Amino acid sequence: MRKYYTQIDNIAGNVATLKASGVAYEELAVVEGSWGKSLAQVIRISDDNVSLQVFAGTRGVSTGDKVSFLGSSMRFSFSDDLFGRVFSGGGEPRDGRSELTDNLIEVGGPSVNPAVRLMPHRMIPTNIPMIDVFNTLVEGQKLPIFSIPGEPYNELLARIALQAEADVIIFGGMGLKYDEYLFFKNQLEEGGAMARTIMFVHTASDPVVECLQTPDIALTVAERFAVQGKRVLVLLTDMTNFANALKEISITMEQIPSNRGYPGDLYSQLASRYEKAVVFEEGGSITLMAVTTMPGDDVTHPVPDNTGYITEGQFYLKNGVIDPFGSLSRLKQQVNAKTRDDHRAIMDGCIQLYSTCRETREKRAMGFEMSDWDQKLLKYGDSFEKQIMSFSANVNLFDALQQCWEILAAHFEPRETGIRASLCDQFWPKQQ
Amino acid sequence: MSTTGRIVTVYGNMVTAEFEGSVRQNAVAYCQRTDGVRLMSEIIRVRGKRCDMQVFELTRGLKVGDAVEITDELLSVELGPGLIGMIYDGLQNPLPEMAEKVGKFLEPGHYLKALDRAQQWEFAPVASVGDTVSAAENLGKVKEKIFDHYIMAPFTLNGEWKVKKVAAAGKYKVEDEIAVLEKDGETVSVNMIQRWPVRMPLGIYNERLLPTEPMVTKQRIIDTFFPVMLGGTYCIPGPFGAGKTVLQQITSRHAEIDLVIVAACGERAGEVVETLREFPHLKDPRTGKTLIERTIIICNTSSMPVAARESSVYTAITLGEYYRQVGLNVLLLADSTSRWAQALREMSGRLEEIPGEEAFPAYLESSIARFYERGGIVELKDGRKASLTVGGTVSPAGGNFEEPVTQGTLKVVGAFLGLSYARSYARRFPAIDPLESWSKYSGTIAGEKVAWAHAFLRRGKSIFEMMQVVGEEGTSIDDFVIYLKSEFLDNVYLQQNSFDEVDAACPTDRQEHLFEKVCNVLKHEFVFADKAAARDMFFTLTEQFRNWNYAPWQTDRMKEAEAEISKSLSSKEAAHA
Repeated sequence: MRKYYTQIDNIAGNVATLKASGVAYEELAVVEGSWGKSLAQVIRISDDNVSLQVFAGTRGVSTGDKVSFLGSSMRFSFSDDLFGRVFSGGGEPRDGRSELTDNLIEVGGPSVNPAVRLMPHRMIPTNIPMIDVFNTLVEGQKLPIFSIPGEPYNELLARIALQAEADVIIFGGMGLKYDEYLFFKNQLEEGGAMARTIMFVHTASDPVVECLQTPDIALTVAERFAVQGKRVLVLLTDMTNFANALKEISITMEQIPSNRGYPGDLYSQLASRYEKAVVFEEGGSITLMAVTTMPGDDVTHPVPDNTGYITEGQFYLKNGVIDPFGSLSRLKQQVNAKTRDDHRAIMDGCIQLYSTCRETREKRAMGFEMSDWDQKLLKYGDSFEKQIMSFSANVNLFDALQQCWEILAAHFEPRETGIRASLCDQFWPKQQ
Repeated sequence: MSTTGRIVTVYGNMVTAEFEGSVRQNAVAYCQRTDGVRLMSEIIRVRGKRCDMQVFELTRGLKVGDAVEITDELLSVELGPGLIGMIYDGLQNPLPEMAEKVGKFLEPGHYLKALDRAQQWEFAPVASVGDTVSAAENLGKVKEKIFDHYIMAPFTLNGEWKVKKVAAAGKYKVEDEIAVLEKDGETVSVNMIQRWPVRMPLGIYNERLLPTEPMVTKQRIIDTFFPVMLGGTYCIPGPFGAGKTVLQQITSRHAEIDLVIVAACGERAGEVVETLREFPHLKDPRTGKTLIERTIIICNTSSMPVAARESSVYTAITLGEYYRQVGLNVLLLADSTSRWAQALREMSGRLEEIPGEEAFPAYLESSIARFYERGGIVELKDGRKASLTVGGTVSPAGGNFEEPVTQGTLKVVGAFLGLSYARSYARRFPAIDPLESWSKYSGTIAGEKVAWAHAFLRRGKSIFEMMQVVGEEGTSIDDFVIYLKSEFLDNVYLQQNSFDEVDAACPTDRQEHLFEKVCNVLKHEFVFADKAAARDMFFTLTEQFRNWNYAPWQTDRMKEAEAEISKSLSSKEAAHA
């Protein structure tokens, strides 16, 4: 016996308010009218006034529309049937196939007890030298890609998805352009990864509230797979759109904004999603990579700023390459001692030389004279950029280390590199 | 003594209830979900017959009309032997036990006892029958880890009481009666557990003293240039990636202190995991025991409910005050106080209070001040000295120190260790900015000497800036040498390699020795033919001093390194002095 309410009192933004009783906080409701039908969620109850956030937006909603409550919070079907499927941000099928209704699980549950977490300890190979050698990605890490709009961040994300040896890939797109969505779909299909992929796609033309649901559904599904012992890779793009959706809703709810219009709980909201990244003792894990576009390349903008405080480092995409200075994988120390003896030395040595090279370039630009040493650095910098930093480089870690040694050997004497003599003896390429 | 109420409003983690009878501000209440789950909450505002409560759990599923059980007790913690080595959430639930009972996820509505009821403690009486005692005076003691844990008369005791009975030496559980006190015919039974409301400062002592003794962190830049004292307060603001948490971790490992309380407040779970997975295996050089045996971890990470995050720093500081009462020197590391301030902001927003700067509540500053003021060194009733040192990190938005939390903190702390991006990008760790930081305390090395050395850093910086404009060619050799000296001081003294076993912790005698040597170089009047020679000399000296830093104390390796330094200083260029 479902009870229907037919009197909506207020409609503002995406929020509709009506009088109802016996309604639970965060319960789902259906709003039905001549324009169609939409799910909605209870976001505030005050005496008998219930505020609903209407997923499809309130455009066309009439005060006389029918509202009924479903008696539970947001749920989503969880099974192996999910593989290869594409859903909307709100969890509706987007691929024209049937809706799944078995084994419903609650979306957005409590967080993992820190006492059952393990330290991330396994490297994720990506075959991108700037990641594998210099800022190794670690299983169970949460890492954003900071980028200005227009950089190839989605290409990077797709490459990582295809290279990483994950059991399950979960893709959450927020505010995507339709062709970006198709790009990901094609990439995953061409790469033969679609069979282990589940996509949740909210496009820019979809209702804004669904943008908020996207990461929650994606991460809830991911969490279930991880508990089963699967190694899950979650890709979210773009978290700035998610934050903007939060901003939109909180302003509608007349919350006092804290910084550039964003709500005061932006940090907590972002953290509760990012913190889903985990390694369980039984082997399951969630690795989370998320694109955060920075308006105006401003890293102090509230979204990248709060993100940086939450995540374990960041990849900084700049001028089409992963910038070696702004980028940081905080967990790389957990794995790069175990790969090969020269890994850390190459990591530090090459970057230090490249950093000196950049200083030299500045000096050159200011018209100072170039010494022999400066010339060496300049040449080294060019080859390093071309062979290692370039986005097209596609080699495994050991080959990449070898390439680094070869570049060093082509331009420097061993002692000029600052790398320990014992390592140079072992790895320095022999003259042909 | 409890009142009941009914829920009338649910909004985020704030619930409003209508009640009958009387309620107490900051009392604990339980919201009862229709499925029987009870969610702990705290009353934070009362208006007429309605009270607003912050709920320490996800509020999903609560309905208007659900019952609320309002207790008369303020939000409190359990105090007694058995806290050391534990890992608690912000409400003092032991997390490993929680995982055993509830599973991988922190399901709402589960609360566990903080102290192990089954553990036996070897009790030795200190007071005897007939003695007169007042609140917080010792009745007996048990051995907890390496410490004498004094069992005290209840903190809430009024006036002088007579000891009527005290347990004989032997094994007791925390709930066993260990004494009976009597006053005017009234008796109280005392066991090892005390409860104390977290928002009330716990301090029962003869007098509060001025901090005079340095707290050695074994970090040269802190101990020498920006010292912290036992019972003092300090803050570490810095942008993300500058190494706040790493600095806190280093401090928690190496500081010369009895007990460290790590309050991970709204930060990454991974960092807590690192501490709680590694500390049981790391050795504390002072005691030979593992580090976990001198550590309590309070962890309310960023994805755990916000209201409990707000209370977690109070839980942590109350435990700190308790162990000060026991007689230990305690260090509380709160990481990060900004997340706590944000929790205040979230609640303030929900309460629809008029916002202050950046939407923080107007009482932010006074809340911060009250928190830090709970630290301090005191003379206990039995004459022993004990202290609680408080160090908090601040995570300013955009790394800008002009924001309200940093500014509110700077007013009340004794030392400011500001971290900078520039230094962390240049891999100069610890990334404490020596030109921005300050300390009102004095360290082991005389203040004038430190100030003299510090002046090199400032002059070096201004010379460096000038050089950016006029180039090396346009700088005089004297200025250039001062610049090199400042870089030298930075490289070999301020920076410390936390990955090196020896350099990671530099004890006081070693610091004094090194500082003397570094000052000799700073004082030395070099005569160089040209700038290249000068650069070369300082390059060599830096390398040699670094080797010295890596050499274990008083070994041949250290003596060799020292001999090389002397050789360089007596070489041709340097000999002109």
